[in-house]
Amino acid sequence: MNALDQLMQAFGAAGGDRAVLADSATAHLVADGHTILSARQVEGVEVEAHETAAGISAKVRVRQGVRLKNPVHLCFGVLHKKGSQHISMDVRLEKNSAASFVAHCIFPDAEQVIHAMDAKVVIEDGAELRYAETHFHGIHGGVEASPKAVVSIGKNGRYFGDFTLITGRVGRLAIDYTVEAGENAVTELTARVFGHGSDSIKITEKVTLAGEQARGLIKTRVALEDEASAEITGITEGNAAGARGHVDCMEIVKDQAVASAIPIVRVTNPLAKVTHEAAIGSVDKRQLETLMVHGLTPEEAVDIIVRGILS
Amino acid sequence: MALLAIKNLSFQAGAAKIIDDLSLSMDQAEVHALLGTNGTGKSTLAYLIMGCEGYWPTAGTILFAGQAIQTRRIHERAQLGITMAWQEPVRFEGISVAQYLTLTNRHLDPAPYLAMVGLQPGRYLARMVDKCLSGGERKRIELASILALHPRLAIFDEPDSGIDMLSIHDIINVINACKTSGCAVLLITHREEIALIADRASQICRGRIVCSGSPQQVAAYYKSRECLACATEVCADERP
Repeated sequence: MNALDQLMQAFGAAGGDRAVLADSATAHLVADGHTILSARQVEGVEVEAHETAAGISAKVRVRQGVRLKNPVHLCFGVLHKKGSQHISMDVRLEKNSAASFVAHCIFPDAEQVIHAMDAKVVIEDGAELRYAETHFHGIHGGVEASPKAVVSIGKNGRYFGDFTLITGRVGRLAIDYTVEAGENAVTELTARVFGHGSDSIKITEKVTLAGEQARGLIKTRVALEDEASAEITGITEGNAAGARGHVDCMEIVKDQAVASAIPIVRVTNPLAKVTHEAAIGSVDKRQLETLMVHGLTPEEAVDIIVRGILS
Repeated sequence: MALLAIKNLSFQAGAAKIIDDLSLSMDQAEVHALLGTNGTGKSTLAYLIMGCEGYWPTAGTILFAGQAIQTRRIHERAQLGITMAWQEPVRFEGISVAQYLTLTNRHLDPAPYLAMVGLQPGRYLARMVDKCLSGGERKRIELASILALHPRLAIFDEPDSGIDMLSIHDIINVINACKTSGCAVLLITHREEIALIADRASQICRGRIVCSGSPQQVAAYYKSRECLACATEVCADERP
């Protein structure tokens, strides 16, 4: 089996749709380590990827006014037990374009793997990007992943980011996302992570509401068990009139897990408003008892509650 | 044999005696209304029957279908056929109404149960049981979930609270549906019009049953201030 087949097998096991690679109407980019295995561009979308000495450099550009029907699929992984992957992404959605990206980052057998993503995303005026990124790090906890993104959104633009790592171990995860929203722009950043064993999770997300009427939401859902730990920092700045932001963090801890949440809200314009809420603790007793009066065991009830908040 | 037989049950929280030597029995498919003013022990009795955390009797027994259940945990009692609808149902993030109604039976069609509580399945099944639902909607979904369980004993803790007057008939429909299916209902309520659909009723005061009989008799007693134990303090002030 060649590397592409192996990666696609892992992609399918992680919930990806293997048929997308064969679909001539769907743009994609697939890479194992620092080797590009497959790439396709479709009308209105340019996908350029290069193998460099430092890793993989990719540019994706969605042309002005193009509204893609099919998502752009990105599949990055390391199939070996040891290895590294450094990806530099440059994404631009030109004016009034719209696209959704579905990214899978897969490290099924990782015991000592480093995955670093450095993305620059520009969403021009009136454009919209939905970016869903799902990770699978295997069962050994041997991945050190550091996705980093700097996103700027123009007037009336929209950006929705959704990061999910809820199957298998996490290893060490350090998310660092920064979003600047222009006039009347909207952004929502959602992250869902389930940590086990000695997993270490650090999520830092910052939304700057720079334009008037800009709106932002940072929503983080983390469940931890065993000796896992998490530090969640959600920062929202309201710097323009009518800007509205909210930081919402919920963490459920079991066993000896340790969680912390640091919501930072900062307002420099008196007509802006930013709020926050954070809840950390064990599973809610009333929720647990409600499910138990339906006949579920405590273990089943906890599982449903945790899966619910991570869904 | 009674389906539920509570004998000389007491429960103390710190120095306060919440349930005091209380006895009560219910037959299969019996609807039993439990009346009483705030703070007299109605909900505490419900939690004791259900086995909620922190509610362990200090004396007495609770027999369900002849088995002593007072040391069993909530889910074990639920698996015997006892269930409960809370006065204020909690919300769940990421759980849809359809999932909630089929928690223990994934093959069940939840739609008819929603219709029975006055909710259109097409509008509600895909919605989340979270803060996007109003208190009244959440309450109806809780009642639907009880119907979907087909329990042997359902405890409804003030099912009418938070639901508008026009919807009282939906609650009565739920109670009647339980009874028709052979399920006994312990109905905790302040509303006389709901209590009157019961087969029997009891008034609880300061953790004791002070009057039992037909719902009409108990409702009349409740309003007549004949309860000597309650002639003073809280109960007398709150009596309708």
